[in-house]
Amino acid sequence: MSGIHEFIDNEVKNNEVVLFMKGTPQFPQCGFSGQVVQILDYLGVGYKGINVLADQEVREGIKTYSNWPTIPQLYVKGEFIGGCDIVREMFQAGELQSHLQNQGIAVRGAA
Amino acid sequence: MTSLTETIHARLVEALKPERLEVINESHMHAGHQPGFDGTGESHLRIRIVSAVFAGMPRLARHRTVTDLVRPELERGLHALAIEPAAPGEAIRW
Repeated sequence: MSGIHEFIDNEVKNNEVVLFMKGTPQFPQCGFSGQVVQILDYLGVGYKGINVLADQEVREGIKTYSNWPTIPQLYVKGEFIGGCDIVREMFQAGELQSHLQNQGIAVRGAA
Repeated sequence: MTSLTETIHARLVEALKPERLEVINESHMHAGHQPGFDGTGESHLRIRIVSAVFAGMPRLARHRTVTDLVRPELERGLHALAIEPAAPGEAIRW
């Protein structure tokens, strides 16, 4: 595994929820990243935001690590969930909430 | 000159035999989003597609099926790609 993949691997395995995004959770710099931030914040889920704009190596490395060409990218317990479209679809269907809970992650407003 | 939108449309028709397909250039919606984006190009695309290929296929695989077909454009700098894949009979909103 290359250095950057090792770094990413370490992040997704040592943090329950990781969002690779453009900008930060406090200040997203892309509408798609902003949508995922809003969903996670709405659910009250703690997560680590990694700003790919701050590091070109991470920006390219996450695409090859996940075999996914776009940002944002959401990981839960080391598993790639998807990008903005998938996260939103899952949220709207209630599947994101149940997936998080099944992984032992507390979700606001859930039974 | 054939636009990126038309090229991708034709490729998806051939590969996925969609019942319905829209390739929409949404670049104008992102004008000013970054220095250098004036929204007149083909930087942000949305693909809406209904194809039997997606029946029984999980979400990630559906998206990967589409992005694999658009890989040349993504590698040449297509900035954003939104995808709404569905199998025939599934609820869609377009």
